[in-house]
Amino acid sequence: MKIIIIGAGKVGYNLAENLSKSNHDVIIIDKNYAALSKAEENLEVLCIKGSGVSTNILMEAGIETADLLIAVTNSDEVNMVCCLTAKKLGVKHTIARIRDHEYAHELLLLKEELGLDLIINPEQAAADEIANVLNFSSAINVENFAKGRVKMVEIKVTEDMPMVGMRLKDMGSKFESSVLVGVVIRDDEVIVPNGDFIINENDSIYLIGQPSHLYNFCKMFGKVPHKIRNVMIVGGGRIAVYLGKLLAEMGMKVKVIEIDRDNCIQLSELIPEALIIHGDGTDEELLRSENIDEMDAFIAVTGMDEENMMAALIAKQNGAKKVISKASRINYISIIKSLGIDSVISPKQITSNQILKYVRGNNVESLYRIIEGQAEITEIIAEPGSRILNTKLKKLGLPKDTIIATVVRKNEVVIPHGNDIIKEGDRVIVISKNKNISSLDEVAAVS
Amino acid sequence: MNFRVVFKALGMLLVCESLLMILPLVVAVYYQGTDISAFFLGILITGIFGVPLSFIKTGKKTMYARDGFAIVALGWVLLSIFGSVPYIISGVMPSFVDGFFEAVSGFSTTSASILTHIEDLPKGILFWRSFTHWAGGMGVIVLTLAMLPSVGSGTVQMLKAEYPGPTPGKLVPQVKETAKILYKIYLVFTLLEIIMLKFAGMPLYDAFIHTFGTVGTGGASNMNASVGAYNNIKIEVIITIFTFMCGTNFTLYYQMLKGDLKAPLKDDEFRFYCGAIIISIVLITINLYGNMFSSLWESLRHSSFQVVSVMTTTGFATTDYNNWGMFSKIILLILMFIGGCAGSTGGALKSIRVLLLIRVMKRELLQIIHPRAVYMVKLGNKTVEEKTISEILGFFFMYILIFIAAVLVISLDNLDWATTITAAAATLGNIGPGFGIVGPMGNYSQFSDLSKLVLSLCMIIGRLEIYPILLLGIPSFWKKTNL
Repeated sequence: MKIIIIGAGKVGYNLAENLSKSNHDVIIIDKNYAALSKAEENLEVLCIKGSGVSTNILMEAGIETADLLIAVTNSDEVNMVCCLTAKKLGVKHTIARIRDHEYAHELLLLKEELGLDLIINPEQAAADEIANVLNFSSAINVENFAKGRVKMVEIKVTEDMPMVGMRLKDMGSKFESSVLVGVVIRDDEVIVPNGDFIINENDSIYLIGQPSHLYNFCKMFGKVPHKIRNVMIVGGGRIAVYLGKLLAEMGMKVKVIEIDRDNCIQLSELIPEALIIHGDGTDEELLRSENIDEMDAFIAVTGMDEENMMAALIAKQNGAKKVISKASRINYISIIKSLGIDSVISPKQITSNQILKYVRGNNVESLYRIIEGQAEITEIIAEPGSRILNTKLKKLGLPKDTIIATVVRKNEVVIPHGNDIIKEGDRVIVISKNKNISSLDEVAAVS
Repeated sequence: MNFRVVFKALGMLLVCESLLMILPLVVAVYYQGTDISAFFLGILITGIFGVPLSFIKTGKKTMYARDGFAIVALGWVLLSIFGSVPYIISGVMPSFVDGFFEAVSGFSTTSASILTHIEDLPKGILFWRSFTHWAGGMGVIVLTLAMLPSVGSGTVQMLKAEYPGPTPGKLVPQVKETAKILYKIYLVFTLLEIIMLKFAGMPLYDAFIHTFGTVGTGGASNMNASVGAYNNIKIEVIITIFTFMCGTNFTLYYQMLKGDLKAPLKDDEFRFYCGAIIISIVLITINLYGNMFSSLWESLRHSSFQVVSVMTTTGFATTDYNNWGMFSKIILLILMFIGGCAGSTGGALKSIRVLLLIRVMKRELLQIIHPRAVYMVKLGNKTVEEKTISEILGFFFMYILIFIAAVLVISLDNLDWATTITAAAATLGNIGPGFGIVGPMGNYSQFSDLSKLVLSLCMIIGRLEIYPILLLGIPSFWKKTNL
């Protein structure tokens, strides 16, 4: 596919990297010479210097023959105009990043009026993700599949958990659960385990299953998800606005700490349910006086990664139960996790994942990537005519490091075994390592 | 430096070279020459070094700019060393220095030869000499990128280091695809010229040799008298047209293929290149008419062939221009410095740099008249980055400095003015023949070994556009960590 990306910032760069790796022709347009030359030097992309709004530049990039235009400059308005112009010039699909909460309510209208195929709002998505994690508090990460009927949670294995040192195939019989261990991360390496795999302390495991089963499973292993009531948010940016509203709707008490007085006033207008505190979120005294030790969750979402990290560390030290930090730079994520912070949320990564999912095609319903795409969890709808239909799974000859984790048929959720079959219209969740999958035929391509 | 990545790429390069040697081996076998064993051993030796290196595991190491430069610089030195194996083994050139000089001259598309009796040599050897022009013209690294599986991320660094011209242009996002497109266009030109030369009356073997010399803008012939030996106007016209085409930026052909047929006309560099050629032809024709040749037609024929041949840094000759008037000779000397377009197979400073230098000069002068004015140097309708301009100024200075240094060393041989100066200019610019003893009918055999080595170095420096080779001399370039 020929893809034009406007804006070579963090998201643009990350997207270009991922897309060019899966063999798409990527062209980046940006006004900033320094940003462009970074992309030019490190990536297999074509760079054009200029404004993405300009018809001439778009023509130079070959917009008539392009399949997709992704506008991710730092201005919502520029993104919209880019997409509008590009659509008129004949590009097939357009994706725009629109993040201002002023537009948030009008997204549907905008989408229709501007002919956009996808609107991404990274801050909204990040807020959703944080809310998800808070809902299932023992998890590091929570991801929804099949419209929430299947969940995937990431859990850190600690020494007090009885599963340490146990084979996976023994686990099922011992604890009688219908939960699948899909992926294990050990020392930054992604493993797709088989039945003989032994779980160690400090592994991160990804569990897939129905929400209720997952809940029971965690309970059994001593990780009881407790209900979260009090939440403190540091940094009153866009994420805080979306998140504050969401959490208030879920019945939690929200405290927002923001350093800028004018912002505080705006915030109190936008989220009337929350308590807004004017102060520095990295100030330990302030956090203590605001009862940080009483907090069920502490969320650091200022604009600076470093501040988030410090605030989160202070909170953890002072006894906040669950600490979540935002990181813009993707390479910070593993460092922050190693410091003992429970979860790290990266809006840029969420954005990239959403767009990659879109690029992958119509059949891909959701896409979750682990450690910069080392492993992928893909939800695909089985289309009629696929070669994989109505064949017993054991006869398919799945390639190495690929498993069919779950099959969702209407309201039934199955963790399939060798004798199960896939039928038309099923939602199939596939786990694969170092392999991009965009249709079920590819899963069985080897056989 | 990232030695694993560098060595792996070098290994692949050598594998590529040993594959290239198969073709001259076939020629040698066909003509049953004395050089069959030379190529056989050449392939074997190159392969023995190349194959194990190419199996080095690099892990997830990425390639950075200096790794790319190291690969290109070391790669070209290695290519030339291994490329000299057939010359040395076959006994054509018994000394290593001579063999190395000839191999460098081949790969750098210079065709500065030390051979005195070309016609007597085995056909396979002559084929190899010209074939190295063909491979070196578009770039051996580019060929490796196109032929072999990817060396890992960051291959663009290698393309950049080998690319002739200030700002490397990828045609399509992927480096590998770009390399393939370039070679496809190149192949089409090659086949077209071989067929046309054959129809114009050249023997097939000679047509191959001269085509390689033309499209790579190399200029090695299998005749002592070069193209002049055929005395065939059709052949001369065909060669002139193809040298002109290969001295043009290949990006323009890609744009034309994509439907933009007017692309060359809109290109500032191409217009400058054409202008320089036309003005030189006119001036030299006027100078020759009546003095050297009695007919205007004859003057035009030789001047146009020679101007295009020197400007594109090819170095074919139809006549001994050593005997021409001083005015004509000086024009040719100037053209030796200008050279072809960026992104072509030509050498020397490149038209685009000269054009930009002239525009910078104009800006500096205007700046004195209006000290507070803001002038941007433009190319087409695009502003040229200040960084690019300062790079070009630096490049020009280094080019001249190396030229002077080379002249100084060669002067130890105590030859005449014309020979000393043009030998350095013609090797640094990858042209080949200069004036005096190294003129179109002469050769480089009279130089001492030291001079030959210095001139070899000039040829590689000229082909790789200075930076990669000079970087090899900087100690911190070799360190694993830079402090």
